[in-house]
Amino acid sequence: MIDISWVIDPVYIVTIFFFIVGMQRMSHPLTARSGIVWAGAAMVIATLVTFLTPSLNNLALIAIAIVIGGGFGYIAAKRVAMTDMPQMIALYNGMGGGAAAGISAVALLGVTTEATGSLAVIGGLIGAISFSGSIVAFMKLQGWMRPRPITFTGQQLVNMAVFALAAIAGILVILQPSWVPLPVAAFLPLFFVLALGFGLLMTLPIGGADMPVVISMYNAFTGLAVALDGFSFATPNYAMVVAGIIVGAAGSLLTVQMAKAMNRSISNVFFGAFGAAEEKGVQIQGSMKSIEADDVAVLLAYADKVVVAPGYGMAVAQAQQKVKELTDLLESRGIAVKFAIHPVAGRMPGHMNVLLAEAGVSYDRLFDRDEVNPEFPGTDVVLVIGANDTVNPAAHRQGSPLFGMPILDVEQAKNVIVLKRGQGKGFAGIENDLFYRDNTRMLYGDAQETVAKLVQSLKKL
Amino acid sequence: MIDATTLWTAVYIVMLAAFTGYVVISRVPVILHTPLMSGSNFIHGIVLVGAMVALGLATTPLEQAIGFVAVVLGAANVTGGYVVTERILQMFDRSGKKQKEGGLK
Repeated sequence: MIDISWVIDPVYIVTIFFFIVGMQRMSHPLTARSGIVWAGAAMVIATLVTFLTPSLNNLALIAIAIVIGGGFGYIAAKRVAMTDMPQMIALYNGMGGGAAAGISAVALLGVTTEATGSLAVIGGLIGAISFSGSIVAFMKLQGWMRPRPITFTGQQLVNMAVFALAAIAGILVILQPSWVPLPVAAFLPLFFVLALGFGLLMTLPIGGADMPVVISMYNAFTGLAVALDGFSFATPNYAMVVAGIIVGAAGSLLTVQMAKAMNRSISNVFFGAFGAAEEKGVQIQGSMKSIEADDVAVLLAYADKVVVAPGYGMAVAQAQQKVKELTDLLESRGIAVKFAIHPVAGRMPGHMNVLLAEAGVSYDRLFDRDEVNPEFPGTDVVLVIGANDTVNPAAHRQGSPLFGMPILDVEQAKNVIVLKRGQGKGFAGIENDLFYRDNTRMLYGDAQETVAKLVQSLKKL
Repeated sequence: MIDATTLWTAVYIVMLAAFTGYVVISRVPVILHTPLMSGSNFIHGIVLVGAMVALGLATTPLEQAIGFVAVVLGAANVTGGYVVTERILQMFDRSGKKQKEGGLK
């Protein structure tokens, strides 16, 4: 057979070029859709050309594994509802991390030099942490696990100890010293168990509100693990190195930007156990006052300016289509309607934008927090649809766990209507002062039904 | 041991790749953060090719088993990452949106 394995490297270079073009296109709204097609085409040719790797065995096993994994990934991603996309990103990211850990394990079971071995160990450590951490994030968002932070005394000490032990086990894997009273074969399993345990422990105390930041960080972790694993082979796999580093760098920047949007530092996200502590000694003045849909319709009908502040509740209730209907109706009556989009509304930055775009709301209606905040004092009615923490004025009060988080200052509007399913707290688990304000009225019920009622009442007026 | 040329080549590549990743994402509107996170999640699916090589060069049954799992996970990362990104980006597509609206009426 003619050896055509020389095509692998040129094809990998083309792959990387396509990846970069793809990401570049994904970073502009108009070209975004074609970006993933570029990247996807590159992935297909990279996968195919990898079968040409010299002395590659187990070809049937490889093909079967690709069919099983690829089939699962495809079907699961197709079936899942749009609202569940954040946890699917977490899940697939975890799988990438797991694959990286697996590559490290295979490399370390075989023959490595100290240099390639060390990189495989670090790649395996990061990959394993990303794997177990992402799975915990997935389970929390999917509701298979309590989303609230899980904490216990001495948690950070335990976490640090586990990490230190994992690092020591990693060093033992490379050096394989004879003076340690353990069989050499035990080092590797011990190392992976500790690394997986650390990922798990590190993610348990993080509350649901911080999950986007965490998923983004594990995304960067997986990228880094993939890059390091690219060096674990006898000849480096530069496709893995470059793609992994690009994701690592882009993912890190994205993580910082997201954390900044929530006014939380990365260390705060990981060690703050956000939402676990109740604020003590603060009694919220006033009471919650409820209102009926008909009365809200009247309020809306006589308003000049209405702002809609959506949150996760809108996504859960799938109310975006009805919201679009309502805003169209208001506009036909000559009422100015704007959408106030908090950068972390929902479970992902841009979550609301995506849902509203799906419902056909055009982009020029959506306004950032900074753009819309000065307008609230002149707004007649604000409809808060399933948002909670992002509109909580407690963020302005020193001592509140939310203190310092940039919020939508909806409480400055003349009337605030909060559409909410029940009287529960937001994802951060903190009481919302807004609900007790004099200008706030609570409209209880499923957001989709409630907005539908509003549309009906408004049509009658 | 890795020789000096390989080491420095690797450092160059890593530096330029990190810069590329940084530049590509630094001036992106917030609305595209989720699709980009999902897109970069897909791109690290390149781990699949590494897993394929690991399984392909595996000799012992244990190595084969771990390699097999790695390929399964890597392949799921690729297809799942692609479909999720595609579905999110579909909503940014104007013609797709019109079709969707038409379908609902």
